[in-house]
Amino acid sequence: MTLRSLATLLRPSQVFTLRGGVHPETRKHLTCDAEVVDMPVPPLLRVPLQQHSGAVAEPLVARDDLVLKGQLIGRARGAMSANIHAPTSGRVIAVGHYTAPHPSGLPVPTITIRADGEDRWGEHLPRLRPEIADPDEIAAQIERAGIVGLGGAAFPAAVKLNQRKKYPLDTLLLNGAECEPYLTCDDRLMRENAEELVDGAGIMARALGVERIIIAIESNKPEAIAALRRHRMALGVALSVAVVPSQYPMGSAKHLVLAVTGKEAPARARTAELGVLVYNVGTAHAVHLAVRYGEPLISRIITVSGGAIARPANVRVRIGTPVSDVIAFCGGIEGSADRVLLGGPMMGLPIQNLRVPVVKGTCGILALSPAETRPRDSMPCIRCGSCVQACPCGLTPFDLNARIQSGDLEGAVKIGLMDCIACGSCAYACPSSIPLVQGFDFAKGKLAERQSRKHQAEEAKRLAAARLAREAAIAEAKRAMMARRKAEMAARKQAEASDGAGLAAPAAAPRSPAPGAELQP
Amino acid sequence: MTAHLPPPRIAAAPHTRTVFTVPRTMLTVIAALTPATLLGLYQFGWPAIFLFAVTLAAAWLFEIACLWVAGKPLAMFARDGSALLSGWLVAMTLPPYAPWWVGVIGAGIAIVIGKHLFGGLGQNLFNPAMVARAMLVIALPVQMTTWVAPVGLLQGPDLWQGLAITFAGAIDYDVLASASTLSAVKSQLGAGAAMADIAPGLAGLQDRLLGHVAGSLGETGTVLLALGGLVLVALRIITLAIPLSLLGTLSALSALFWLIAPDRYPSPLLHLTSGSVMLCAFFIATDYVTSPVSAAGKMIYGAGIGALVFVIRSWGSFPEGVAFAVLLMNACTPLIETYVRPRVFGRTRSGKPLPLVSGTGPGGRR
Repeated sequence: MTLRSLATLLRPSQVFTLRGGVHPETRKHLTCDAEVVDMPVPPLLRVPLQQHSGAVAEPLVARDDLVLKGQLIGRARGAMSANIHAPTSGRVIAVGHYTAPHPSGLPVPTITIRADGEDRWGEHLPRLRPEIADPDEIAAQIERAGIVGLGGAAFPAAVKLNQRKKYPLDTLLLNGAECEPYLTCDDRLMRENAEELVDGAGIMARALGVERIIIAIESNKPEAIAALRRHRMALGVALSVAVVPSQYPMGSAKHLVLAVTGKEAPARARTAELGVLVYNVGTAHAVHLAVRYGEPLISRIITVSGGAIARPANVRVRIGTPVSDVIAFCGGIEGSADRVLLGGPMMGLPIQNLRVPVVKGTCGILALSPAETRPRDSMPCIRCGSCVQACPCGLTPFDLNARIQSGDLEGAVKIGLMDCIACGSCAYACPSSIPLVQGFDFAKGKLAERQSRKHQAEEAKRLAAARLAREAAIAEAKRAMMARRKAEMAARKQAEASDGAGLAAPAAAPRSPAPGAELQP
Repeated sequence: MTAHLPPPRIAAAPHTRTVFTVPRTMLTVIAALTPATLLGLYQFGWPAIFLFAVTLAAAWLFEIACLWVAGKPLAMFARDGSALLSGWLVAMTLPPYAPWWVGVIGAGIAIVIGKHLFGGLGQNLFNPAMVARAMLVIALPVQMTTWVAPVGLLQGPDLWQGLAITFAGAIDYDVLASASTLSAVKSQLGAGAAMADIAPGLAGLQDRLLGHVAGSLGETGTVLLALGGLVLVALRIITLAIPLSLLGTLSALSALFWLIAPDRYPSPLLHLTSGSVMLCAFFIATDYVTSPVSAAGKMIYGAGIGALVFVIRSWGSFPEGVAFAVLLMNACTPLIETYVRPRVFGRTRSGKPLPLVSGTGPGGRR
């Protein structure tokens, strides 16, 4: 503790450093000075019913229905899900399946809307006065508006908000680190909509009942820092800006909490258990719109960038806009693109089909040229230790990879495979270009598959055993019944035989309940 | 618009990579070695230049032959620079006037036995250059301990004499013969002389720092080697963990014994500025493949080498013990690696999740 306090004396901002991490070229200059532009509504929108982690929403419209902007078209199903709203007015032309904005290219339930060009609002959600509203009302409003985490993982915001009932919270941490290269949508949002964002943060803080709000921003966004430093309070809750070092993966929730508060979340625990809840800054803005204006989440800001994009820009697009339309709006693809990604280059997802839609969790569309991706053949590991130095989780990626390659998945788990956050720092730093994260993802998938297969086998065994027991019981019951009947018959015969003394016959039938009925499960 | 997209293929995150590659790393190490090498080549003249060229060429040819036999892709591996670096390090540890076949055998041992018998790049347990050095010292004690004075390229043998020395073994040793600092100390201490009497006969500190002493081809330029090493540290190719712990342990141990018995043990300064300690600390012990990966493991490994170097120099039968010290610690690397791991985020050193104490800083757990 003594050492720590000495160290904080030297660091006036009270920011704690992280182990590991990498410093990829940020290339944020491509878009960081470009003001957010509204993209016109495209003629065709495809709104997937699963844009969040959790269950698929239930469609509320059918083909040929007319929908209005902001109308609820998919209702959250179960506790972990989110509402889906119509991004514009128009006609539903299909309720079916369409390719997911995911490398798998698997179909996902999707509502396709042909825009009528009028962009007519339907009924807004009821507005709230957050100053007097009950926390539960605010949470319900956030849930109604279908807000999910806009940082990429798309975790339903209301579900996270409800952790307030489980853990004592003291801090709302807004994540404006934006550590992924290229992406500047959060930066622009913080610069242009600081006031709204702070209001949204205040609403969330009131709903959570926390006493302070911290907005964490990487040091490479001075304008955003300056814009937010103008605010000291948000709806009566103290607000401060924490400047964190520009280092990937600073935006990882647990690492950000460590950097800002000095508290390290235990393995497998949530940051809420430390009293800190982390939201993306974009989520706070969406909350502001939902609570103050009753607008559901139907658009978001995305960064369109990369060496192969003709005019890199930050664009506010409607959810459901095809990626190809967004790229075309930004001048199309120029030269040769090595790959097109959704998200940042470190953790983003490559897509093959450019007709897939933008969803709530899409923070960027990147078309990268080969000069940026630097595709190379991988070489053997030379144990240089770059991956160990880069790992923010204290793992030994080269060792994990060696164990996975030799099929020793249990050994990999033993040295921390499950603590990997798949940030990609190791694979970025590897001079041999070994696809480390890919290997870890493979191993995690394999283990999950094994687990589910084991579970299935156990379940099958349990069912088989139950069935055998049931059958045995039924057979036993039948046998008992037969025996009883035989005895009854014999008794009756005897009674008939012994003639005149017919009084004894009914007494032979036992009055006990049938044993078979009891054993039936 | 889609016409520009390449055909579908699997691409996994991350979608960008560091500019550092294996060949680039190897070439940077070679560049850092170059000043000290040039100094050695200048000091020892034409025979050293020929021996150096022969050793490098042999290492590369052995590499290609091994890759071909193993059926590995030649185009990728022959250009990775690792064989060049191994050959370079072998050449730097050879006596400058050694005949050409010593260089060829050294390169062969390093590449074939030291590297490819274990499975090639990244698979070897022992440092190839040190395997070669150790085998040569044991098998060819005469050729490997024949030292010459650093007379300089212009004053030494001319081109033709150089060719004769390297390729025909023709040499008038009496003219140039000289003893390396460590072998002089060893033999005279063994004969019962006190350090105070030996010291005046040794090369001065300035000569030892600037490479004006007898010794192996590339080990004498102490200052240039240290500077080259620091460049590698600045470029983040190596960390200071191994050099610091190695040099620190060696200085500490030698200082301790020197303070106890100054007549029987040479000073720490002499230990640090003679033999191939500096070459070892920055370029040999820091070899990626054969050293531990974690910072703590590196400290243990470096300290082990430092201690073994002192032990072998002081009480062993060889005047210089760097090669054996490195090989012994190479053998310990897997063990160190198993027991010394970084602490996993959110877990204690023993692997249990951290206790949940809100409001506690991480100070004690780092």
